[in-house]
Amino acid sequence: MSAFLPILILLTSFTPALIIFFLPEHWRMLRTAINLTGAIAKVSLVIVMLAGVASGETYEFRFELAPGLNILLRADALALLFISLSAALWLLTTIYAIAYLAEGPNQSRFFGFFSLCVAATTGIALAGTLITFFVFYELLTLATWPLVIHRGDSNSFAAGRKYLAYTLCGSASMLIGIVWLESMTGPIEFTVHDRLLELDATTLRVIFVLLIAGLGVKTALVPLHSWLPAAMVAPAPVSALLHAVAVVKAGAFGIVRVIYDVYSVALVQQLGVGLPLAFIASLTIVYGSVLALRQDDIKRRLAFSTVSQVSYIVLGAALPGPFSTIGGLVHLVHQGLMKITLFFCAGALSERLHIYKVQELDGAGQRMPWTMLAFSIAALGMIGIPPVAGFVSKWYLGVGGLQGGQVWVLAVLAASSLLNAAYFLPLIYRAWFKPAGGGDGGLAEWPLGLVLPAILTALAALLAGVFAYAPYSPLSWVTFIVERNYGI
Amino acid sequence: MTWATGLLAPDQPWAPLLVATPLAAALAAVPFGRRAPLLLVALTPFSGALAVLAIAQVWSHGEIVYHVGGWPPPLGITLRIDGLSAVFIATTALVATGVALFSLPKYGRQSKGETRAAFAFWPLLFAMWAGLNAVFVSNDLFNLYVALELLTLTAVALVALDGKPKTIAAAIRYLLFALTGSLAYLLGVIFLYGVFGSLDISALAISASPHAVVLAAGVVMTTGLLAKTALFPLHGWLPPAHSGAPAPASAMLSALVVKASFFIILRLWFTALPMAASAAFLQLLASLGAVAIVFGSVLALRQNKLKLIVAYSTVAQLGYLFLMFPLAGGGNEMQSWAASAWTGGVFQALAHATAKAAMFLAVGAMIEAAGEDRLDRLTGIAHGVPVAVFAFGLASLSLMGLPPSGGFIAKYLLLTSALASGQWWWAAVMIAGGLLAAAYLFRPLSRALAEADPKLFTPVPRLQQFIPLALAALSVLLGIFSAQPYALLQIGRVPGASEGLP
Amino acid sequence: MTSALLFAFSGVAVIAIGLFGLIGRWRIERRVIAFNLVGSGMFLLFGAVAARRAGVDADPVPQAMIITGIVVAFSATALFVALIERLVAETGRSTLPEDTPDEDA
Repeated sequence: MSAFLPILILLTSFTPALIIFFLPEHWRMLRTAINLTGAIAKVSLVIVMLAGVASGETYEFRFELAPGLNILLRADALALLFISLSAALWLLTTIYAIAYLAEGPNQSRFFGFFSLCVAATTGIALAGTLITFFVFYELLTLATWPLVIHRGDSNSFAAGRKYLAYTLCGSASMLIGIVWLESMTGPIEFTVHDRLLELDATTLRVIFVLLIAGLGVKTALVPLHSWLPAAMVAPAPVSALLHAVAVVKAGAFGIVRVIYDVYSVALVQQLGVGLPLAFIASLTIVYGSVLALRQDDIKRRLAFSTVSQVSYIVLGAALPGPFSTIGGLVHLVHQGLMKITLFFCAGALSERLHIYKVQELDGAGQRMPWTMLAFSIAALGMIGIPPVAGFVSKWYLGVGGLQGGQVWVLAVLAASSLLNAAYFLPLIYRAWFKPAGGGDGGLAEWPLGLVLPAILTALAALLAGVFAYAPYSPLSWVTFIVERNYGI
Repeated sequence: MTWATGLLAPDQPWAPLLVATPLAAALAAVPFGRRAPLLLVALTPFSGALAVLAIAQVWSHGEIVYHVGGWPPPLGITLRIDGLSAVFIATTALVATGVALFSLPKYGRQSKGETRAAFAFWPLLFAMWAGLNAVFVSNDLFNLYVALELLTLTAVALVALDGKPKTIAAAIRYLLFALTGSLAYLLGVIFLYGVFGSLDISALAISASPHAVVLAAGVVMTTGLLAKTALFPLHGWLPPAHSGAPAPASAMLSALVVKASFFIILRLWFTALPMAASAAFLQLLASLGAVAIVFGSVLALRQNKLKLIVAYSTVAQLGYLFLMFPLAGGGNEMQSWAASAWTGGVFQALAHATAKAAMFLAVGAMIEAAGEDRLDRLTGIAHGVPVAVFAFGLASLSLMGLPPSGGFIAKYLLLTSALASGQWWWAAVMIAGGLLAAAYLFRPLSRALAEADPKLFTPVPRLQQFIPLALAALSVLLGIFSAQPYALLQIGRVPGASEGLP
Repeated sequence: MTSALLFAFSGVAVIAIGLFGLIGRWRIERRVIAFNLVGSGMFLLFGAVAARRAGVDADPVPQAMIITGIVVAFSATALFVALIERLVAETGRSTLPEDTPDEDA
């Protein structure tokens, strides 16, 4: 069983994909049933895996493709963190997507690739070697492209083209880096550390740049970020998935893996590549927020906010010291929860009230109070206001910056919080405190599938912050990971 | 059960059956006329069983050598089946079966159109199958010449099947290139006979030496074979020929026929004359391959007809095959990366064979639905033939070298060899080639996925959509279950390092 | 000069003439003849090479190969001529159209 659980978890999203592709378009009940079964099965199996790991079992699945080329799925602590997040959020996004796309066309195609997307993310989470990671990373690109172009109009195709151009070039860079590295050291497994010490420093630096560049495209590091706002033409569930769970997080997760498990924090500092990466991350944080201010379209504003927020994770990884590490890693979870809430709400607003732009938000709080409440909680968390979870991550990052002697990090965090406030507070103000401009008034909080997921994730974000020091909170989990695995 | 174990013994004369069976079917197809597809009922399982038998034999007994009629060389002809032959025989059986099944609606008993094409198609297809198998099992250079000629004649005839002036011209151009290539090959054979007195590949392997005449003969033969494999700059015949032929014929041509001459080049330089290869020559081959990749891809980007895009894609993809020569050939054979380079090149050939066959068949289905193959008429074709478009997309994975396809495994193996041997420029070429392939393949794919009214398109039988899907799935399966084929390919490989990646 | 050497030289000469006919913009019928010339020259050369090798007795293997080669060349020529006939019947010209492949018909 211990060898098969990882592959089973993968299959819970892969098999539904294969089935759904061939379902006739109008078989809605069956498609919904298969989707939900897959999602629930995945969550259940993840819980089984968590319980197993807690009682000391190891889960590892090895498959040889060619001599020296192995696919390895392993459930280590970091993998478990990511996979729990993605399994839980996938379930909620599935419910949301079913409600959102209700009568839309091409649903079999959509949900087929949707499931493939999650299968790829599962593979990324459980990947135990660099090349396994790469294989699933590429699969993610391929599975998300049909989702981005789902609407089939020229805007979607233009966005899709840009997405492909960026991500494929990024993966080319990454492949070169991986193959180069492995040609000198042999296959790189994430739990085997200290393999790179004998190599030449310049080569290691170049490979680091190649790997980070490849991963940085998906993570939307400046200047590789412009595909993300363009991809907002996709339906809201896609944006939710892309920004909270799958693509962007996969990139950030990859950077974390490279820094902690391939290179090791000490080597990164020794090579001197940590600080430049921290600079780029900080630049992205500020630049993303500045551009977010200038957007009128809500989804685009959220997109640039993502560009900015995901770089907190990279910043945490690039700075030395346990606090920044914890801050960055826990933001992986917190940002996921908060951002998915924001996108769920944005989608609900656009579907029910046809609100696409900031100016149209006036009085939305009266018509969709629960949705706007969730939105407000998540927005406050983004700004960093306690007790929502975002505050916790920023706190740890700040302390980490201080401890590492990088005081400018505090300035970056402060500036970012101010900018976040500048582009989120007006939205909240408009929704609650301005009268609605025309329209027929009345409550619009249905269907349940559009509203409930947002409320749940907002609640989770709130609880993650309030109970941050409780035993099984994301923060405690991450602290445990950092202490046990990295000994810092 | 002794007959079963007897059947599996390596000295049974079933090796010639690999060639004889499709040949018999070709001969029988003439009197059968319009009932020729019935022959498939016997041919397909039998050839399939033979292919499986070949693989099983090679796996358990190693390389099989069979003297036809009991006559040993230099008087007799030897047949040899090693790992390389076995996988190619199996791939041929799969692709040919797929193509045959795909052509049933068009050229089978139900066809309502012109009967001459339907009449000619089946004997030509079966004879081509026989020729391919003959190439893969022959151990004698002149036997290979005869097999090559059989392939050329059937291929040219298939190209000219629809009888329009443009395709006739394309067929004539193909014939010219191919015949000139055969003559060059023959010249080299004559030289080799003059030096060694035997054309048996195993005998040559023993007595070959790095002599100038041997190298010259090899170069001349290779040049002839390059014309048949359409490597830059001898590729000019391929785009018009492969795009003018009917879709099933294009599938056979792009997938298998060009691989047959490549197979002979492999036999020549890795089995028969390994010591005669000079490093400069190998680098030249790979350079031509690199130019082919870039040139073919750029031209594919500029085409407006889908079949031409796929044909130029073949020109580009064939370039990848030649990158393996400096990495695995000549003096490099003893290096630890030689095995992965060689296997990577063969994987590329196999993955391309299945993927390109799938692609041409899918394009055939798309053209049937839309009526023609100009890109602007194919907008939204995914609503008409969704399975075929999916097959096209799946096949593109292999051509782009993206996981989890066989093309990715091939690319990975070649990349690691390139970087391990310090010849990093080939790695750069491969990466660039993958990106260019994505550019010229996503272009028609995006167009196919656009919005359109399904009623604009003619319905296409389900069979014709699922066969390309099956072939495309094969190319992906090759990437997932690649460990066994890798091991199979090492059987009978030229002695050298059989270690894997570092 | 032995007869083998004479045949070899004549073989080479015939090949050269044939090659000249193959390369260059001739009418297609000329190319058919040129191809046959090259083929015949090759067979002559082959026979001469075989004679040099064998010494006293004639080597039978090249003879078998030459015969096979003649048959193969014959079938190829037949196909070639059939295609040319069809081309002339359809277009009235016997030169290959030099248009680019991606021109719309």
